[in-house]
Amino acid sequence: MSDLETFRVETRAWLEENCPPAMRQPVRSEDDACWGGRNAKFSSPDQKLWLDRMAARGWTVPDWPKEYGGGGLSPAEAKILRGEMARLGCRSPLQSFGIWMLGPALLKYGNEAQKQEHLPKIARGEIRWCQGYSEPNAGSDLASLATSAEDMGDHFLVNGQKIWTSYADKADWIFCLVRTDRSSKHNGISFVLFDMASPGVSTKPILLISGYSPFCETFFDNVKVLKENLVGELNKGWDVAKYLLGHEREMISGMGLGDTAKFLPETALKTVGRDEQGRLDEPVLRGRIALFEVRAAAFKAMAERFMDELKAGKAHPAQPSMMKYYGTELNKARHELIMAAGGSDALEWESEASKGGAAPRAWLRTKANSIEGGTSEVQLNIVAKRILDLPSA
Amino acid sequence: MPLFLDDEQTMLRDSARAFVGETAPVSHMRSLRDAKDPNGYAPALWKQFAEMGFTGILIDEAHGGSGLGAVEAGVVLEEIGRNLTPSPFLATAVGAVEALNAGSAAQRERWFPAILAGDAVAALAIDERAKHRPASTALRAERSGNGFKLSGTKRFVTHGHVADLLVVAARTAGAAGEMDGITLFAVEKGAAGLQAKPERLADASLAAAIDFDGVRVEADAVIGEIDAGWAPLTRVLNGVRVGASAELLGVGAGAMDMTVGYLKERKQFGQTIGAFQALQHRAAHLYSEMEVARAAVLKAQQLLDAGDARAEEAVMVAKAMAGLATTLAVQEGVQMHGGIGMTDEYSIGFYMKRGRVLAEMFGDADYHADQLARRAGY
Ligand SMILES: Cc1cc2nc3c(=O)[nH]c(=O)nc-3n(C[C@H](O)[C@H](O)[C@H](O)COP(=O)(O)OP(=O)(O)OC[C@H]3O[C@@H](n4cnc5c(N)ncnc54)[C@H](O)[C@@H]3O)c2cc1C
Repeated sequence: MSDLETFRVETRAWLEENCPPAMRQPVRSEDDACWGGRNAKFSSPDQKLWLDRMAARGWTVPDWPKEYGGGGLSPAEAKILRGEMARLGCRSPLQSFGIWMLGPALLKYGNEAQKQEHLPKIARGEIRWCQGYSEPNAGSDLASLATSAEDMGDHFLVNGQKIWTSYADKADWIFCLVRTDRSSKHNGISFVLFDMASPGVSTKPILLISGYSPFCETFFDNVKVLKENLVGELNKGWDVAKYLLGHEREMISGMGLGDTAKFLPETALKTVGRDEQGRLDEPVLRGRIALFEVRAAAFKAMAERFMDELKAGKAHPAQPSMMKYYGTELNKARHELIMAAGGSDALEWESEASKGGAAPRAWLRTKANSIEGGTSEVQLNIVAKRILDLPSA
Repeated sequence: MPLFLDDEQTMLRDSARAFVGETAPVSHMRSLRDAKDPNGYAPALWKQFAEMGFTGILIDEAHGGSGLGAVEAGVVLEEIGRNLTPSPFLATAVGAVEALNAGSAAQRERWFPAILAGDAVAALAIDERAKHRPASTALRAERSGNGFKLSGTKRFVTHGHVADLLVVAARTAGAAGEMDGITLFAVEKGAAGLQAKPERLADASLAAAIDFDGVRVEADAVIGEIDAGWAPLTRVLNGVRVGASAELLGVGAGAMDMTVGYLKERKQFGQTIGAFQALQHRAAHLYSEMEVARAAVLKAQQLLDAGDARAEEAVMVAKAMAGLATTLAVQEGVQMHGGIGMTDEYSIGFYMKRGRVLAEMFGDADYHADQLARRAGY
C-alpha cells in the first residue's frame, strides 16, 4: 500500500471512531454551527467533543504547520482528509473567519510573535475573529476607506466606523483596515488587529431580510491599538487585505457546493408528485432541476480542480474571483429552485413543520452571497482585467 | 490524482497544439469546404495524424499503440476543435477503437494496424432518428445461416460514406426502448446491400444516412456478446461523448480566444470595445462557464481512465456542460464581433456551426440532464 493509501485507511478509521454520529448530520441552522470563541456556545456535548478531538490532531487546520496548531498535512493528504470527511458526512468542526481568512494572511505576512500568539488560538477555536473592512462609504471601492489610525508613538489611536461587520457583537478580536496616510489611496492603508473588548469599541446589530441580525455597525472611538498588532508594513496593508480577500472569496465560493442532488428532487416530488411514468409531474421544473444539477456537478469538479491547482501553485491569482462569482450565483439559483420546488411549504416563516422557516430564511441569506466578500460585478471586473487582460476605460 | 494535466499530458498537449495549429488551421477546413470536398476529411492529414502517433492513443502497447487514455485523446480532440479540423479522429481513434477493445482478438488484429497506419477510417452507426436515443435502436439483425442479416436505416453517421469499418448497433431481441437485445456489429465497407447517402451539415461536415438492405455479416462480426451489446455500446458512447466534450471545449475556447482578442482590438466611441464594462462582464462570465466545463470534462476523463464506477454519470455531466458552455461561447462570439461576425469571410461563424453539430452529437445537454434525472429517480 502506498503511503497515501495507508493515510486514507487510517484517516477513515479515525474519523469513524471519533466523529460522533450527531456531527455527521448537515448543519441545520445558524445556531447549529460551531464558531468557538471566548464565549463559545456549544449546541451539544458532541459538538464540543468533535472540536476538541479535531483540534488535538491539528485537523481544524490540516494544512497549517504543526508548530502553529495545524496538522502539517501535505496537499495530497489534506485532499484525502476532505474527501473522507465528505464521504462520512462529517461536519467541519469549526466555522471561523480566523481559519478561512486571517490565518492564511498571518502565515504569509505576520511576524513570528504574531503567528505564535494568534494561530494556535484560531486552530483551537479559542478566539473568534471578525472582519473590519467595509465602511458606509467604502464598499466595493474598499480602498477609499476612512477609519483612521493616528500614530501615538507606541500605539495607534483608531477612530471611525465600520459597517456590515459580520458577528462583530460575538467576536473577540477584529482584523481591521485603517487609514494611516491620507495622501495615498492604496498606499495609505494599514492592517491591524485588536481586541473587541478594548475601550472605545461598540457595536450595533443590523436586522436582515432573513429576520436574523448576524452583522453590525461597528464604532471606534479613540481605540488604543499597540504597534505590535500591526500586520505587515505600515501603509502596506492593502497587500495583506487583498491576499486575505482571495481566501475569503475562495471560502465563499464553497457555497456553490451545497449538495442538493437528492434534496431538491425529493422536495419537488413531495409537493408536485410523479406522473404515470414515475417522473416528476412538472416537466419544466424537472428540466430546470436536472440542468441545474449538471452545473452543480460541473462546479464540484471545478472546485476540486481549483483546490488542486492552488495547492500546486498553478492557479491564476485572480481565479478565486471566478470561483466566488460562479459558486455564489449557483448557490442563489439553487435556493431559488428549492423555493420553487417547495411551493407554499417553503413560504412558511415560523411553523414547526418548516423548522422555523428554514427554507425561506436560507433562500434570503443566499442573496447576500453575491454581495459579501465583493459583489459579483466586482469579481467580473477582476476576471476581465486580470485574467482576460481587457483594457481599462 | 490532481485535476490538472500532468507533465507528460502537458507535453502531449503542446505538441498537438503546435501540430494541429500548423498543419490544419481553420483555413484547412475552409478550403475543404470551398472545394466541396467529397470525403469530408483530408486523407494525407489523417496519415500525418498516424505518424504523430495520435491514431493509436487508445490502442494498447501490445498492439503497437501508446496505451493512453481519455485524457490524452481529449488533448488531441481539443486541438481539433480549436482549429475546426475536419477529422475522423473521434469516430475512428476513439469510437471504433473502444468498440474493438471490447471485441475479439481477431477483430483487433484485423483493424488496429490499419488504424495505426492512418489507412482506415471508421464510423459509428448508432442514431436512427433526428435525436440521439441509443436505447431506441430498431435496426434489425436477424439470424441467417451462421451469421446475421441487417435491415434498417442509420442516420447522422459522420464519415459513414467513406468508412472502411462501420460499428453498428442493431436489435437482435427485445423492443425499441429496451437496453437488452441490442448487439454491436463490425461491418466492412462494400458489404452487399449497404448504401450510404452523405448529407452536408451546417458546419460543412458530411454525415450519412445509411440503408441496410439485408446486409449479410458472419457471426464473427459480432462485437462482444449477442443481445448484450449495451455494455460495449456504453463503452463506445462514454468514449465518444467525453471525446466530443473535449472537442467542444476546443471549439468554445477557440471562439472565446478570438472574441477576447477582438475586444482588445476593435475601437468604437474612441476606445477599444473591451473597455466597456457591459462586454467585460459578459466575457468574464463566459470565461467562468468555460472553466467549469473544462473541469467537468477532465473529471470525466480521469474517472473513465481510472475505471471508476462514477465515470458514466461524470461523462453525461461533461457532455451537457460542455454543450452549454460552448453554445454560449459561440453565441457571444458572434454577437461581440458585430457585423463582421455574420460574414462568411470571418471565422467566428464557423465556430458557431461546428459547436451546434458537436452539441447535438451523442446526446445534447437536455438528453444528458434527462438521463441524470432518471438515474437519480425523478
Ligand atoms: C451578509 C453580508 C456579510 C458581510 N460581512 C462583512 C464583514 O464581515 N466585514 C466587512 O467588512 N464587510 C462585510 N460585508 C460587506 C460587503 O463586503 C459589502 O457589502 C460589499 O463589498 C459591497 O459593498 P456595498 O454594500 O457598499 O455596495 P456598493 O459598493 O455600494 O455597490 C452597490 C452596487 O453597485 C455595484 N458596483 C459598485 N461598484 C461597481 C463597479 N466598479 N462596477 C460595476 N458595479 C459596481 C455593486 O456590484 C452593487 O451591485 C458583508 C456584506 C453582506 C451582505
